[in-house]
Amino acid sequence: MKRREARLDVGGRVNRDRVLNFTWNGKPYKGLEGDTLASALLANGISLVGRSFKYHRPRGIFSAGAEEPNAIVQLETGAYTQPNVKATQVELYEGLEARSVNCWPTVEYDFGAAANLCAKLLPAGFYYKTFMWPSRFWMTYEYFIRRAAGLGRAPKEADPDIYDKAHAHCDVLVVGGGPTGLAAALAAARAGARVVLADEQSEFGGDLLGRRDVMDDAPAVEWVRKVVEELASFSEVRLLPRSTVFGYYDHNYLAIAERRTDHLHPKDGAGTPRQRLWKVRAKQVVLATGSIERPLVFADNDRPGVMLAESARTYLNRYGVKPGRRAVVFTNNDNAYAAAIDLADAGVEIGAIVDLRPDVQGPLPQKARARGLEILAGEAIVATHGRNRVQSVEVMLLSPEGDHVHGTARKIDCDLVCVSGGWSPTVHLFSQSGGKLTYDAGRACFVPGKSKQAERSAGACHGTFGVADCLDEGFAAGLAAAGAAGFTTAGISLIAPAVEQPGEAGLRALPIVPGRAAVGHGKAKHFVDLANDVTAADVRLAAREGYRSVEHTKRYTTLGMGPDQGKTSNVPGLAILAEALGKEIPDVGTTTFRPPYTPVTYGLLAGRDVGEMSDLTRTTPIHEWHAMTGAVFDDAGHWRRPWYYPRAGEDMAAAVRRECRAVRESVGIMDASTLGKIELVGPDAVKVLNQVYANAWDNLAVGRCRYGLMLGEDGMVFDDGVTARLGEHHYLMTTTTGGAARVFGWIDDWLQCEWTNWKVFITSVTEQWATVSIAGPRARDLVRELAAGTDVSAEALPHMAIREAKVAGFPGRVARISFTGELSFELSVPSSYGMALWTACVTAGAKYGLTPFGTEAVHVLRAEKGYIVSGHEFDGTVTPQDLGMGWAVGKTKADFLGRRSLDRSDMKRADRKQLVGLQVQDPNAVLPEGSQVVERVLKAPPMPMIGHVTSSYWSETLKRGIALALVAGGHARMGQTVHIPLEDKVLDAVVVSPVFYDPEGKRLHG
Amino acid sequence: MLLINCPWCGPRDEIEFTCGGEAHIARPADPAALSDQEWAEYLFMRKNLKGLHYERWHHSYGCRQWFNAARDTVTHEIHATYKMGETPPVVAGEDGVVKGGNS
Repeated sequence: MKRREARLDVGGRVNRDRVLNFTWNGKPYKGLEGDTLASALLANGISLVGRSFKYHRPRGIFSAGAEEPNAIVQLETGAYTQPNVKATQVELYEGLEARSVNCWPTVEYDFGAAANLCAKLLPAGFYYKTFMWPSRFWMTYEYFIRRAAGLGRAPKEADPDIYDKAHAHCDVLVVGGGPTGLAAALAAARAGARVVLADEQSEFGGDLLGRRDVMDDAPAVEWVRKVVEELASFSEVRLLPRSTVFGYYDHNYLAIAERRTDHLHPKDGAGTPRQRLWKVRAKQVVLATGSIERPLVFADNDRPGVMLAESARTYLNRYGVKPGRRAVVFTNNDNAYAAAIDLADAGVEIGAIVDLRPDVQGPLPQKARARGLEILAGEAIVATHGRNRVQSVEVMLLSPEGDHVHGTARKIDCDLVCVSGGWSPTVHLFSQSGGKLTYDAGRACFVPGKSKQAERSAGACHGTFGVADCLDEGFAAGLAAAGAAGFTTAGISLIAPAVEQPGEAGLRALPIVPGRAAVGHGKAKHFVDLANDVTAADVRLAAREGYRSVEHTKRYTTLGMGPDQGKTSNVPGLAILAEALGKEIPDVGTTTFRPPYTPVTYGLLAGRDVGEMSDLTRTTPIHEWHAMTGAVFDDAGHWRRPWYYPRAGEDMAAAVRRECRAVRESVGIMDASTLGKIELVGPDAVKVLNQVYANAWDNLAVGRCRYGLMLGEDGMVFDDGVTARLGEHHYLMTTTTGGAARVFGWIDDWLQCEWTNWKVFITSVTEQWATVSIAGPRARDLVRELAAGTDVSAEALPHMAIREAKVAGFPGRVARISFTGELSFELSVPSSYGMALWTACVTAGAKYGLTPFGTEAVHVLRAEKGYIVSGHEFDGTVTPQDLGMGWAVGKTKADFLGRRSLDRSDMKRADRKQLVGLQVQDPNAVLPEGSQVVERVLKAPPMPMIGHVTSSYWSETLKRGIALALVAGGHARMGQTVHIPLEDKVLDAVVVSPVFYDPEGKRLHG
Repeated sequence: MLLINCPWCGPRDEIEFTCGGEAHIARPADPAALSDQEWAEYLFMRKNLKGLHYERWHHSYGCRQWFNAARDTVTHEIHATYKMGETPPVVAGEDGVVKGGNS
């Protein structure tokens, strides 16, 4: 194709003194400051920018804004690459690199265009029909469909940019900076309101930037400049250009995507947050979001060179670019005549204005007629020709009913077809706010109905299209909003500039422009949704196949589901569906508009919550020692706990075996600081314990500890731990590491809402204390040394006793609590002494072979003892009886949380899953945790399962694999053989007691 | 993002709160005296109302106080919030008629 320079010598908002170099599909081009990528491409005569989604048909720039369905591009490369960006919204900068998507090997010679030849094989819903069977091939199909469907490629590297978030509160948020929004913002600001004005464009002015309106005898942009200048002078007004209000949520909470450096080359934006997410709570909202022009649905209406009429006008007036040399305007309304006049004035030949209406007498058509432009009233385009760009159209006479064409076709040469099917108010945010739309048959569009939130629509988004009317409505909306936000609005002077507003006659709505052949017959395609290649025939087919709901039709045909979210196709598609169903448009209804209005980046939503900041990490006061010693860490909730401490040459299994041996044979040390700790103080503290634990607490003496199970009201175990009585009315409860917050919240809930007059304070002290557990036969030797002033003999400090003590010189406590089954001491000191205590222990313990051990060794050691662990043995479906821990339920207690549920008939079923031990017949086998247990092995799955393995380890102590399992009726199965089918074999195991080691507890009490 | 008026702190974003479900369900004084059916009513059964709903909220990332709210489950309008133990307010709809409600 011949390249043409399409830039006008004068006019527009571009800076001809600042030339910008950019590349498109690898070739260098020049544009101007103020261009978008789309306007720069048009200025370089490039009309073919991509291939369509399904049929790979050549496509060109169709619009000049957020509604663009065709010009979807990939920006930049490497980590900075951005897929699926609309060229109409990309501000040009020096060095920009862009390429088309969805075409291979090049946009001009596209391999996938063969799909167009097989179009009959790709009807509506073809994914669902074609790839139904066999279902296991779906993944393969989908892979190729996705590849063929193309669109852009996501970057493979991490996002190098930074993103911000900000909160704002305002009296009036004005969305949209066109004439209406500027007027509203000015009115509200003059009333003294705190105003935020957000607009998605680089400069304020909206449609005025693309028109030649005169206000007070000067170009309208001069009025824009003055208003913006005044707005900027108010200290309480925040102007946000390049900011898209993309979501309208409950209680007037709106989200804004502010693009701060997207208009710069990535390297020029480095160091500055690229985008900022504004979360705005507004007392009042004024929606001034404008409107989007609708296309007409006619034969082969998708060729490059077919463009919305107002967009052609925008390229001309705002960017100084002629979008074609010879244009045919195809319209059903008066408004498009303004585009024809502007194009003619700029030197674009007008082949003809083809108007669906037989009688065309409005002021604008009269002006066009006077200008000498040919108007073909009551006629229709029935064909477009041209390979990679439209070269001509054919026009025929339309019947009075609008149901067929007749007469002789007239061929008109052109390289631009400006289409206009009327205007759709941009009601997206109104709809998101919860408001219902009403259909205006006269203007053939949906307009906002009753507001559901503190919001008002004004101007074109309200169905008010004349510029003078928009200004009036804007002023009124701004004042009303300020008034509703509590400001006095009487006496505020607002004088709208004098502006000409030509009257407009009504439009003629035809869902599909008739052609030579019926829709769906012949070669021509009548596109409704250009982004997703949905045709009028597809929508009619869906109706014939029984689709009645617009929501179902949308999903079946994919109408409106592309990157543009159907901004130009929703209403036309609805009209075709309504006609096919023999209904009126309002009876078919609209689809729901959901955020975001236009796509937003993940980076914007993530903000600074990435990498290390994506979640918080909790570490104990001893963490640095673990890290320096080479511990491998294990995450429990937010906590990082040492998992095991490998020595040189050791793998995990070897390290855990060594750590287990140390605890059983000499002495080990573990950082137990992460366990939750809650202090209960007050005369009613014991009442709380009696309610939240299943067992009884009245007779616990000061200085003694007791283990308890905590149940939900459903009777299921949800936490366990040891509580110590420190004083008359003073208890210290420990919880599981992961359950601390939940337990605290649980008790606090009851105290605030039910036990409101109980005299007790509860306080979380998890982070106030560092706790070190010393376990093993030599533990007492070491603790005797560390707590020199305290008698730690078995008589003075028996199992489950606690004393205040000086440990390693620090004030603290020493307790006899064991989770390993060995003689075990817990030393607790205020957190700030934690590290000093640990190092003192390590130094003093060296002579006993003191070995640090991690959570994996603890799990092995406790499993040998049959001790339960949250998430393994109890998971919210298990009662104390299921666990064989009926001893931990107070038989004589009248009530405690969960007690009544334990008496429900279902809780007494003999075949409930119960905790047992499994001894695999092959002593070297270690069952995978989660393995299913069966009674009888069948040849192939499925086999009825009777339980599952909850914990399974190599027991270094017993030199064999051990497992705990929940098995149906397990307590009555002792000695039975059960089977565990694995992928490659079946293991047999004997049901045994879950206590594998020291069942009498002699070592524990030692 | 609801704007919730904590009776202790004032209006705050929903993200600071946790919803605790239906309000004004007192724990039975003597659970042992209840039949399985009655206990299940207390434990599991909730009204799941469309419209006015009295529910518990927790200012979990704020003052950590529980309080009650009268919220419309359709429009999300919060008619009132009130402290634990206070009498639930009577809420009339736009037409002056109290719709549903579990107070």
